[in-house]
Amino acid sequence: MVSKPHGGRLVDRVARGRRRELLLDEAKELPRLEVGFDRAVDLEDIAHGVYSPLEGFMVQEDYLHVLYDMRLSTDHPWTIPIVLDADPEELGDVREGDDLALTHRGRVLAVMRVEEIYGWDKREYARMVYKTTDPKHPGVAKIYGMKELLVGGPIDLVDELPNPLERYTLWPAETRVLFRERGWRRIVGFQTRNVPHLGHEYVQKAALTFVDGLFINPLVGWKKPGDYRDEVILAAYEALVKHYYPRNVVVLAALRMNMRYAGPREAIHHAIVRKNFGCTHFIVGRDHAGVGDYYGPYEAWEIFQEFPDLGITPLFIREAFYCRKCGGMVNEKVCPHGDEHRVRISGTKLREMLRRGEKPPKTMMRPEVAEAVMSFDNPFVEA
Amino acid sequence: MDERKGKYTTVSIPVTLYNRIKKLIEGTGFTSVSQYVTYVLREIVAAHEEARYEEPFTQEDKERILERLRRLGYL
Ligand SMILES: [Zn+2]
Repeated sequence: MVSKPHGGRLVDRVARGRRRELLLDEAKELPRLEVGFDRAVDLEDIAHGVYSPLEGFMVQEDYLHVLYDMRLSTDHPWTIPIVLDADPEELGDVREGDDLALTHRGRVLAVMRVEEIYGWDKREYARMVYKTTDPKHPGVAKIYGMKELLVGGPIDLVDELPNPLERYTLWPAETRVLFRERGWRRIVGFQTRNVPHLGHEYVQKAALTFVDGLFINPLVGWKKPGDYRDEVILAAYEALVKHYYPRNVVVLAALRMNMRYAGPREAIHHAIVRKNFGCTHFIVGRDHAGVGDYYGPYEAWEIFQEFPDLGITPLFIREAFYCRKCGGMVNEKVCPHGDEHRVRISGTKLREMLRRGEKPPKTMMRPEVAEAVMSFDNPFVEA
Repeated sequence: MDERKGKYTTVSIPVTLYNRIKKLIEGTGFTSVSQYVTYVLREIVAAHEEARYEEPFTQEDKERILERLRRLGYL
């Protein structure tokens, strides 16, 4: 059966029709807070139920529970604080209980009921969530760059950000209906930010063997120079699915969501998000959402032991490689041969080859996938 | 530090059960009976909550969603 939303309730804070008009009208009179792209993306994700049961940005009680207990104040597992930051001068005389219009590039995106304004300790946040206070950690650096106060309270979304990938975007309510229509009972979610190579395909297919459907859900929208462009990732996956997966076992949809590089905590977060999309299972990679060497290679697996009530089953599938002796894709668990027989697939190496216009060997990437990538003039995000 | 940590309350269980659990968790990763009881309860409570869930969509919501899924080629 399609998984239950986290916390038992699929959140929908998207204002529609008459209610939307009323809110837009009200917003004209309200104090405004301009938010950056990251917070605007959070707004969309909250409103569309990606972060169910959250109905807005966290108030202090939830924030502290998440920081120290990895749970919401309702006791449901939650590992990443979802918070809105502001400077005192931006808030002016906004008080708790007031409504606030949240704008992005001057356009009203949402109306927020301000429940609480509170201070926070960024170093403590970094220490608890990232297990390091090192400003060289990209997640920590982002936190240190945030403003001095946090504003908590429920939101209503009145407008969406422009979405160049609209036709690839599905929200939880939609995938839940879709999975049911397809008759899937067990669905495995796959998180990615990359063009698929043979290792990814192996991991997905290993999982797919035991379930009805695979939900491939690339994170998009916030790339750094050198990353594959979003449309390249989607085109590459379309090629892979078309040529190497049976019909009707895959749903490919993009998700615009902030990447936080919080390693183990983020692995839990990614699982909860896919549970809201209706997944019953979730593939957790080695060093999932990690960066540098801040987290041990299996920490993202071990942390799942602390959550008997997560409501989605993690699948820990080992990294795959090609073994010449076995004559196929294998992993540590099933191949007895030495390193001299193994072809390790390196994402970095593949990127370099594709950048030079070189087609990677078939033991690393499907030719159709490579062709899809190379059909773009520049598949990479420019500096 | 301590007052920021999770708040706790007391639940009574029979002493016999307490001792039984204490024995059971010896040499495991659980460091106290309370920790074990919390773990087990969360597992069971989550399962009970799941059994109660129903999708909140109205027929209209569902039609709207199906229409979009068809338009995008997902159905
Ligand atoms: Zn082998």
